Amino acid sequence: MKKYLAALSALLMIATPVVSQASPEEDLKAFRSYFTDKFPEVPVADFVNGVYSVDEASREQWEQFEEFPAYEIYISKGETLFHKKFANGNSFATCFPDYEKGIRQNYPHFDQASGKIITMEGDINKCLTDNGEKKFKWKKGKIAYVGAYIAYMSRENLIDVKVPNNAAALAAYNRGKKHFYAKRGQLNMSCADCHYSNAGNKIRADILSPALGHPTGFPVYRNKWASSSKGDGMGTLHRRYGGCNKQVRAKPFKAQSDEYKALEYFHTYMSNGLEVNGPSLRK
Amino acid sequence: MQGFMHKISTTVSVAALTTCLGLATPLTVNAAEDADIAKGKELAFDRKKGNCLACHDIAGGSLPGNIGPPLVAMKARFPDFNILRDQISDARINNPNTIMIPFGPHAVLSAKEIDLVAKFIHTL
Ligand code: HEC
Ligand code: HEC
Repeated sequence: MKKYLAALSALLMIATPVVSQASPEEDLKAFRSYFTDKFPEVPVADFVNGVYSVDEASREQWEQFEEFPAYEIYISKGETLFHKKFANGNSFATCFPDYEKGIRQNYPHFDQASGKIITMEGDINKCLTDNGEKKFKWKKGKIAYVGAYIAYMSRENLIDVKVPNNAAALAAYNRGKKHFYAKRGQLNMSCADCHYSNAGNKIRADILSPALGHPTGFPVYRNKWASSSKGDGMGTLHRRYGGCNKQVRAKPFKAQSDEYKALEYFHTYMSNGLEVNGPSLRK
Repeated sequence: MQGFMHKISTTVSVAALTTCLGLATPLTVNAAEDADIAKGKELAFDRKKGNCLACHDIAGGSLPGNIGPPLVAMKARFPDFNILRDQISDARINNPNTIMIPFGPHAVLSAKEIDLVAKFIHTL
């Protein structure tokens, strides 16, 4: 009997990780078909439009606003900043030589040398410090303007995040996946509770957007972020993560913390193959 | 005699009517009970407290969400008040992965507040 149990537990130990740890490719397939089954009338490419992909009523108004989008002046501000020479004569264009072809689709990515996840915002600030300039603040303002310009130049390129078969890359991916599905905060809710299981449902008067396509439109201009106390409307993906953590009375992580970088890695990988459409407009 | 019969039939029909409306004990509901129910309603609708309207359609509330089922016919669904109270205190008893907030264990509402909310919900 003892022997039998030992054999059984050994078997379970081997079997468990194989069963519970799906590969990123398998996760992506399951994630994608969950949403296409749930919203059979929505073309996959349309999920980049957030809540407007599943809510006909608010979509019309949003399309009108998109004709003269409030983020346009921030793309221009970003363009000016992007080409402005640093004190040493370089500029962002020196750090991002491929910006005209578009680079947003490859963020975030895993860096072999450091074993870390690299985000677009991380590279924007690295460019500044590498050139002896002062970093931007992480969540809004100039970082979002430069990000908006980079995203704009990358529009229509397809998100292409890679998770190499490497222990550190997989660990980051799994950390982000765990964050997405774990309940947190005093209100005990996960990202998945709202943006997976209940996507399309109403929480009070707000319709919940599907997580598929979430990151493609960032940075965004949000009406809610356009007020004297909150800023000019522009914000990064990590700013949004913090807001959603706070809603469930969880302590938000810092923007560009390893935790949010891991979340962004998983979250954006799930949107592989969808078009970059940042910056975009949201309520 | 006629007057007496008339009185009886009125009494009977009032009783029938109250049962019909589900107001089984209107005469025993005292002012304290009414005050509890009103307080429970306030807590249920308060965004910083129960905020039940985020997920449930509840008579008397506006702009309800639809994540959870509409809260109607509660006495029929929950003849036992304590089972309703437990559901509100910790919905994980019935669905371990529920999105509904564990109001009791996470101290979003106190035990007293849960009682009041449950009293109100039981009238729906
Ligand atoms: C209590 C419900 C709730 C939880 C939990 C929640 N969110 Fe949200 N989230 C919302 C609401 C409401 C909005 C605004 C409407 C919309 O776009 O879905 C939103 C918006 C967003 C957006 C912007 C989408 C867009 O197209 O602009 C992102 C990204 C997002 N959430 C990510 C997350 C992540 C990641 C988590 C977990 C860390 C999370 N949310 C947890 C309710 C929630
Ligand atoms: C974030 C969403 C959410 C909130 C907030 C919420 N609920 Fe629920 N509730 C649900 C869901 C979903 C169900 C369905 C059963 C399940 O999944 O647990 C449910 C089920 C119930 C039920 C059982 C209904 C039935 O007919 O079986 C009752 C009663 C209830 N909720 C009362 C409340 C009360 C009272 C509050 C506020 C104090 C509240 N709920 C807040 C989501 C919520």
